[in-house]
Amino acid sequence: MIDLHWLYVLAGIVFAGFAIGSARDATNKKRFGNTAFWGLVAFSFWFGDFLGDIGNGVLVLVLVAIAGAHLLGKGSKHSTSVEQRKGYSERYGNKLFLPALVIPFTAFVGTLVFNYTPLKNSGLIDPKSVTLVLLGLGVISALVICYAWLKPVPTAPIEEGRRLMDSIGWAAVLPQMLAALGAVFAAAGVGTTIGALAGSIIPEGSIFLAVLLYALGMVVFTMIMGNAFAAFPVMVAAIGVPILIHQDGGNPAVIGAVGMLAGFCGTLMTPMAANFNIVPAALLELKNQYGVIKAQVPTAIPLLIANILILYFGAFR
Amino acid sequence: MINYWPLIGIALVVLGFALRFNPLLVVAVAAIVTGLLGGMDFVKVLGTLGHGFNENRYVTVIYIVLPVIGLLERYGLQQRARTLIVQMRGATTGRLLILYLGFRQILSAVGLMSVAGQAQTVRPLVAPMALAAAEKQHGELDEDTSERVKAMAAATDNVGLFFGEDIFLAIASILLIQGSLKGFGIELAPLQLSVWAIPTAICAFLIHGARLLWFDRVLARHPRASGGSAQEKNLGSRLRGNDENS
Repeated sequence: MIDLHWLYVLAGIVFAGFAIGSARDATNKKRFGNTAFWGLVAFSFWFGDFLGDIGNGVLVLVLVAIAGAHLLGKGSKHSTSVEQRKGYSERYGNKLFLPALVIPFTAFVGTLVFNYTPLKNSGLIDPKSVTLVLLGLGVISALVICYAWLKPVPTAPIEEGRRLMDSIGWAAVLPQMLAALGAVFAAAGVGTTIGALAGSIIPEGSIFLAVLLYALGMVVFTMIMGNAFAAFPVMVAAIGVPILIHQDGGNPAVIGAVGMLAGFCGTLMTPMAANFNIVPAALLELKNQYGVIKAQVPTAIPLLIANILILYFGAFR
Repeated sequence: MINYWPLIGIALVVLGFALRFNPLLVVAVAAIVTGLLGGMDFVKVLGTLGHGFNENRYVTVIYIVLPVIGLLERYGLQQRARTLIVQMRGATTGRLLILYLGFRQILSAVGLMSVAGQAQTVRPLVAPMALAAAEKQHGELDEDTSERVKAMAAATDNVGLFFGEDIFLAIASILLIQGSLKGFGIELAPLQLSVWAIPTAICAFLIHGARLLWFDRVLARHPRASGGSAQEKNLGSRLRGNDENS
């Protein structure tokens, strides 16, 4: 069965390519820092399951040390000039979009075909990771098409990918690090403590204030953890079930669903949700690493107010 | 008695981010401090951190798309995306992003979250298109304005994803809600939960859509070059604009 591990092998190959490409880039003064960093990521994808928890912990500390000591750099080598790109763009025309669309198209059609045909029961792909596996398949298909059509030098995809990867830099593993931090927070009992704190400040007698605290608690806790999933069980146990559902008789479906969505408003406003808020800033080469968050806050706050109203009027009609 | 000491870890994270230390360093320090204050020994903390890191590798898998995206950029994909928008009459940044917002919400609502995304679609297509449209409205963009356009493109992707995906029945967050409530003896079907994601999805579309239309007005209000001839002139400057000053 094709599951995530196959994808990890592919990801390992890509990162190993970035590591080797970095070592050969003489325009990057810190090239061996890049090699070590991307090499360790490749190593983690290939052998993470054999390292044991302590081994993985040490790997994490080494990654952090490389990033913390500012040993990652960027090469100055440019692939093609803007004039050349303009020329290519005119020569190849709108067909250039096709390989880019092959990836989402494979994921889209592939998921539909997989889910609505006997393939689903064939055991070919692990149903839990279908879209990601198909994304990997889409990447391979797109690469094959590009090689056949554009005939680049063989190392071009790795060199070009490395250019983008270096502009993201250490931020690339930040989301994974934050997930690991979440695991430590959970083991250290941070969630229980916050839940107890939130539960202790609930005012008596006002449903609206309880709703407000529940929603704001979701937002604040989500902003701290970077993830509404970590906040939800805690807030539901502290306020959602005992106060809103049992004491005040609210509709559990609304309190569950809209409570989670209130948390998502928090996700829009926190650097802890790095894959949504920090990585894109790097990917789009923004000067302000908080630029994406700044663009999201004016949507998140009115939407939070809307969620509080939906919670109040939807659950307590 | 509740142990409040681990909360210092949260304070460290907030402080570290605010003082702009390297976030990886901040996170690692916060994890170790929190674990130790929570009564774990160092080896246990290290193991928990390592285990969590290894279990979440799927988050980092997405970068396998970069070689394809980079290769296509080498052959002028971004320039092509811009040309397409320049040729399209009536295309504005706001309208373009509203269209993308709608698509992203609908695709997420039917379970196709990974079809689009910051690396897959925003960097190669949506951001350059939004920039091209903004230049049509506004004239050549100064750095601040182009930053805001790009940030808005990224924000639109996130809003579309977050407030579409919960309509889909089989997504992790719906299952988590169902599981959490089940722990308290409250049984709900996924459909009961996902219908309650629809009002928020509509509000998200209206609120963010209104902001995008407003953004159009801001862009159009201060045109830096005037009239139709500006478009011809800007085609050249735009194509130079992105890379050449680096």
